[in-house]
Amino acid sequence: MDSNHRCEKLSLAKLERKSIQYRKNVLSMIKKANAGHTGGDLSCVDILNVLYNYVLNVSPENFMDLDRDRYIHSKGHSVEALYTVLADRGFFPSEELDTLNQFQSHFVGHPTRKVFGVEHNTGALGHGLSVSVGVALAGKMDGRSYRVYTLLGDGELQEGSNWEASMSAAHFGLDNLVVTVDRNTLQITGRTEEVSSLEPLADKFTAFGYAVRTVNGNDVAALVEIFDQAPFEKGKPSLILARTTKGKGVSFIEDQANWHHRIPTDEELTAALTELQAAEEARQVQDGTR
Amino acid sequence: MELGRPNLEVFADTLLELGQQNKELLVVTSDSRGSGKLVSFGQKLPGQIVEVGIAEQNLVGISAGLASTGKIVFAVSPASFLTARALEQIKNDVAYSDIPVKVVGISAGVSYGALGSTHHSLHDFAALQAVNNIDIIAPADNFETREVIKAALTYPRPIYIRFGRKPMYHLHKRGTAFEIGKAIILKSGSDVTFIATGETVSRAVIACVLLEEQGISCGVVSMHTLKPLDEGIVLDAARGSRAIITVEEHSVHGGLGSLCASLLLQRGLCNPFKIIGIPDEYTVTGSQVEIFEYYGITPEGLAQTACQLLEEETFK
Ligand SMILES: Cc1ncc(C[n+]2csc(CCOP(=O)(O)OP(=O)(O)O)c2C)c(N)n1
Ligand SMILES: [Mg+2]
Repeated sequence: MDSNHRCEKLSLAKLERKSIQYRKNVLSMIKKANAGHTGGDLSCVDILNVLYNYVLNVSPENFMDLDRDRYIHSKGHSVEALYTVLADRGFFPSEELDTLNQFQSHFVGHPTRKVFGVEHNTGALGHGLSVSVGVALAGKMDGRSYRVYTLLGDGELQEGSNWEASMSAAHFGLDNLVVTVDRNTLQITGRTEEVSSLEPLADKFTAFGYAVRTVNGNDVAALVEIFDQAPFEKGKPSLILARTTKGKGVSFIEDQANWHHRIPTDEELTAALTELQAAEEARQVQDGTR
Repeated sequence: MELGRPNLEVFADTLLELGQQNKELLVVTSDSRGSGKLVSFGQKLPGQIVEVGIAEQNLVGISAGLASTGKIVFAVSPASFLTARALEQIKNDVAYSDIPVKVVGISAGVSYGALGSTHHSLHDFAALQAVNNIDIIAPADNFETREVIKAALTYPRPIYIRFGRKPMYHLHKRGTAFEIGKAIILKSGSDVTFIATGETVSRAVIACVLLEEQGISCGVVSMHTLKPLDEGIVLDAARGSRAIITVEEHSVHGGLGSLCASLLLQRGLCNPFKIIGIPDEYTVTGSQVEIFEYYGITPEGLAQTACQLLEEETFK
């Protein structure tokens, strides 16, 4: 895939700083809209960051090209993270996000194709993988070079449709499909393993015919490395089990079920932004830019 | 009118009360106990709640299996996912197999207005209308909610109950009788009658006040049961008042309006008639109130529709 639209691959230091900035934007956006899925957004920011700033050959300029990579945001509730990254990549001015969730805004509380840069309407869990299989299959049929990437929640895996789609992905030998699972071990009610257990997840995916890799899904460097290796095996769909922390980046939001769709109070927002600011400054010192 | 509580909360409290009295009562959830206000049920009656994970089809299938052994089963999940994704389970495992599961759709209609069409249930009446052997109820206020949940306990047939999450006005006088399949006349009038269901009923009641101020005689029926439809009340309304307006938080296709239109036309009653609901278009998003305003499901909007309808009739 040597499209000249492939995003200019950012350095690790830049990517890491972006993740911090994205987290700030997500929190401010949620506070402003007084709605959103805080925990799941923060959980997948690093994955979206690496995808859009390192992996995907997707840009506002090539978004209509048939050979662009496709990203389908199956865990649609984490829409604020997606909007943040798309705005940063120049798909629309970030000020437009001020209308998030407002009356008649195209920036609805789940991704829709009315927003430039969004590939597919999601929000009901357990749809993105089947659609991704379809897009990947078409790519094979037409001999196109694009890859299809999708992100699923771990709770989302309880929808049976994912397993139907997985069988198809393996059956069709879709090595142009890269599935990432945001394995933060939480869903709305609590721990996935207490609600409806998923483990042994890697074994399940392997048995369903994926080439499986596990990664720290909040470690930008590790993500870059793993995405660079995909597809992991010829003739097989790739699956990245991304071990993440729900609410990652803000100590008091991390790993708490009740932050699934909680909105920070004014004090909490200030504390969160302060914490992220400190992380950013520490990062700058490390990079020697401060 | 006095503002009550969200029907959702009344549902949850009633279920807890009933569950404490009856150990055979089970609640089945799909990562939906928080949105169903059933956290307290789960804490107090942990042996009577079954969690199946984010899996609505599984939810309805498991509920049917549990209920087939004689358990009293309430399957609770957001109306949008429950009646779209698990429609085949509702059709085959509940309705067709005649297993009296109580299918409860929470946050119905445009309760999740800003979350987009994935989260709206504007299709549920239509979908279930066409499925044989499942009754459909949309309570309007706290009283109707409590009564329908109580009635559901011993109801012998499959039943679908849906409601929203915003506080509702109290609509009924003390001592009002409630029976599934029997609509409640809130007010009679000779110019126009609103036949409304669910969270729109209170809007019709206030519209009546506005219209009466203009000397227009108005009626309101709370049609909490869409199936089986209380045909007698619809026919009486059409005979007793010049115009009929139906109001629902649902697509204008396949819901209460379609049912009434079909009934009236087949009985030869051709009153001036209007169906108010969500038109067949890309639904706007926003809060429930904003969406209602946009589509004229407000007291003012409904009053205006009534005036127009009566005026058109006069000049016919
Ligand atoms: C079909 C469907 N059922 C239920 C929901 C409601 N819902 C939204 S998010 C969520 C929990 C998702 O958990 P997970 O997939 O683990 O996401 P994350 O932890 O990354 O937020 C649920 C049940 C939905 N959006 N779609
Ligand atoms: Mg999760």
